[in-house]
Amino acid sequence: MGNDAKKMVMNTPMLDELESGPWPSFITDLKKYSEKRPVITQLLNQLNDSYETKWNYWQGKIINCSGYGGGIIARVSDKSDVYPDLANFHTVRVIEPPGWVYSTDALRNIADIAERNGAGIIQLHGMSGDILLLGFDDEGSLQCCEDLMNDGWDIGGSGAAMRTLQCCVGQARCEMACYDTMKTTKHITDTFIEYLHRPEFVYKCKFKLSGCGNDCANAIVRSDLPIIGTWRGPMEIKQSEVAAFIDKKGLDYVIDNVIARCPTNCISLKTATKEIEVDDANCVHCMHCLNVMPKALSPGKDKGVTILVGGHRTLKIGDTMSSVLVPFMKLETDEDLVKLTDFIDEVWEFWNDNGMDHERIGEFIHRIGMGNFLKGCGIEPDPRMIREPRTTSYIKFEELAPSRMEGEREQNPPVWNREPESSETM
Amino acid sequence: MSETKLAPRDQGAPDYTKFLHPVMVDNYGEWDYHERIKPGVLVHVAKSGDKLFTVRAGSPRTMSADTVRIICEIADQHCEGFLRFTTRCNVEFMCREESEVEPLIATIGEKLGWPLGGTGPSVSNIAHTQGWLHCNLPGSDAAGSTKALMDDLIADFTQEDLPNRVHISSSCCQINCASHGDISIIVQHHHAPRIDHNNMQICELPKVVAICPAAAIRPKLVNGKESVEIVEEKCMYCGACHGQCPSMEIRDSETDTLSIWVGGKMSNARSAPTFMKLAVWGIPNTPPRWPEVSEAVKKILSAYKETGKPWERVGEWIDRIGWAKFFELTGFPFTRYHIDDGPEALSTLNRSAMVRL
Repeated sequence: MGNDAKKMVMNTPMLDELESGPWPSFITDLKKYSEKRPVITQLLNQLNDSYETKWNYWQGKIINCSGYGGGIIARVSDKSDVYPDLANFHTVRVIEPPGWVYSTDALRNIADIAERNGAGIIQLHGMSGDILLLGFDDEGSLQCCEDLMNDGWDIGGSGAAMRTLQCCVGQARCEMACYDTMKTTKHITDTFIEYLHRPEFVYKCKFKLSGCGNDCANAIVRSDLPIIGTWRGPMEIKQSEVAAFIDKKGLDYVIDNVIARCPTNCISLKTATKEIEVDDANCVHCMHCLNVMPKALSPGKDKGVTILVGGHRTLKIGDTMSSVLVPFMKLETDEDLVKLTDFIDEVWEFWNDNGMDHERIGEFIHRIGMGNFLKGCGIEPDPRMIREPRTTSYIKFEELAPSRMEGEREQNPPVWNREPESSETM
Repeated sequence: MSETKLAPRDQGAPDYTKFLHPVMVDNYGEWDYHERIKPGVLVHVAKSGDKLFTVRAGSPRTMSADTVRIICEIADQHCEGFLRFTTRCNVEFMCREESEVEPLIATIGEKLGWPLGGTGPSVSNIAHTQGWLHCNLPGSDAAGSTKALMDDLIADFTQEDLPNRVHISSSCCQINCASHGDISIIVQHHHAPRIDHNNMQICELPKVVAICPAAAIRPKLVNGKESVEIVEEKCMYCGACHGQCPSMEIRDSETDTLSIWVGGKMSNARSAPTFMKLAVWGIPNTPPRWPEVSEAVKKILSAYKETGKPWERVGEWIDRIGWAKFFELTGFPFTRYHIDDGPEALSTLNRSAMVRL
């Protein structure tokens, strides 16, 4: 597709306004490229129509690669009478390399596959983390997927499935990273790849993985199950570098920007010796002091992760911020990784057995309560999961309720005892 | 055409170990510290003493296969054939010698002309959604508005003189795929969806009814056909049903507007992560360059730059100075629509006698 597309005159007065200015213009790039792929002229003309009318001309449809239940985002144009080659103009999602690292061979391979089968438009990267390839007709989409798979790539997630994961650069290039985000991302992806390719959850489930609390992967609000690096015990301090930092920046700067900005006031400054002392038991691993003094301060030796749960953006019940599910877990050995995926499987089982259609994990927790969620998943409550205990006094204490009369049927079993409504599962 | 294999292959994530710069391979998990040399240039120093210099350029995210090949040429010429991208769609070229940095920068300038920056206390590239280019739900074009806004904020990208980093996101509907940011632009709809009763039958009606967060959709037989009706008083114009069913059109090119939200933060540094809050609403949706958006964002950035203290993110700055001061400094009107009526509403009120007077 693309080469034999109907040739058309580029007429984009509105888009031309986006060709000036210092920021790189995707319009200029695509215009030039339209010489090679004439279908892009139709695409830009339609986009210009949208700019004129403030109206969108894309509808969705469903098309899948054999054996896959997602990954192709099919688009058909309402204006295919004017722009015939936009009648089918789909996106293929491709699982990106963890941390978005590439060899030029790999990236050229992606460019070649995109160009060979379609319009050759590439987005690095979509908000889901995937590589997005735009502009394939039905046949081109399927052939693109074939080519990708033949060259070792795989198709990304869409729909009520585990979605493509994304992670920060992690230990490949960051001193703050407390675990191997890339390896863990690959492990979760590969372990649960069937859930990514064949949507069978009540709704989507996203993971994002960050090596530390700075959360460069934007995990805490953009994923259902954020995994964030941390450590326990003392942080690493090079007192000579602390002294050097004080000499360079001055005491006032250190007091205002390190000591006073610690959220738990756990750092004290010894002005006489130009040293700092950290009350490690009270450190919440927020990363601020390490960010200010990366030469002097580093994460402690006993590293691991905090697993959170429930983040998602506003639809339907309003935003939910993830909250702590597992305060600390080691994630170093292959056994640790298996333990992690086993744990995820248990959380998923309870959610998928009891969640309603289109209910993200955060919304499910909102409906049934975190206490019930923990019980259902078989997780012990821990005070580090909460900001403060409850203030509502209406409580169903199971242990204190009178026992039911013999033979009385339990009319409304609590959610963690309830049989799944569907008996289709084996 | 090559042979089509019918069975799914389930190959999983690519083997990233083949895509790492050799200095990354040698020092994996053994990094010591990093420094910012100048805007757009970082150096990471490993415990072994190895150094890896990174040059970060702002990308337009959407690019042609030919532009991707130019990126590869640069990485082949200066970076031993490796590169990476960031969460906010910047491209990072890496090299092992400081002496290679300036030649690399020169080649980027010559072959791509992309600006360098987005490091340290600067405005990084905008996380944005698909928009009119290829989405089925958008009320605006985030890619074009990102280009226009970054043109206007170029100095804040290429310099590091803000109190802390600023993440901007821009989304084309209420689903808000670009998510929270220090500053975030989203589309607002202003009336209930228009139902195409003759075409509702293409949708799964129970799902359309169930997805409404306000329970405003009821099944109804219209002209003998199965359809739905909307309780107008309950509908809050979110468009959830439109995502479920294209016959529930929520967009309106005449009335849709944009709003700007501030104070979203994903990082745990200093203060806990926060959601963004409404700053200003009713901004017209004006392609091709959305000047009203740029003007509002600039007001926020200039107040932040002037009165923010080092390391304060936008939300932390407003927390310290108070929202009254924020509205005073930006000149945005404070209205009753700024007062929350969502699930967290009561906790957002000033439940104290602590008032700045």
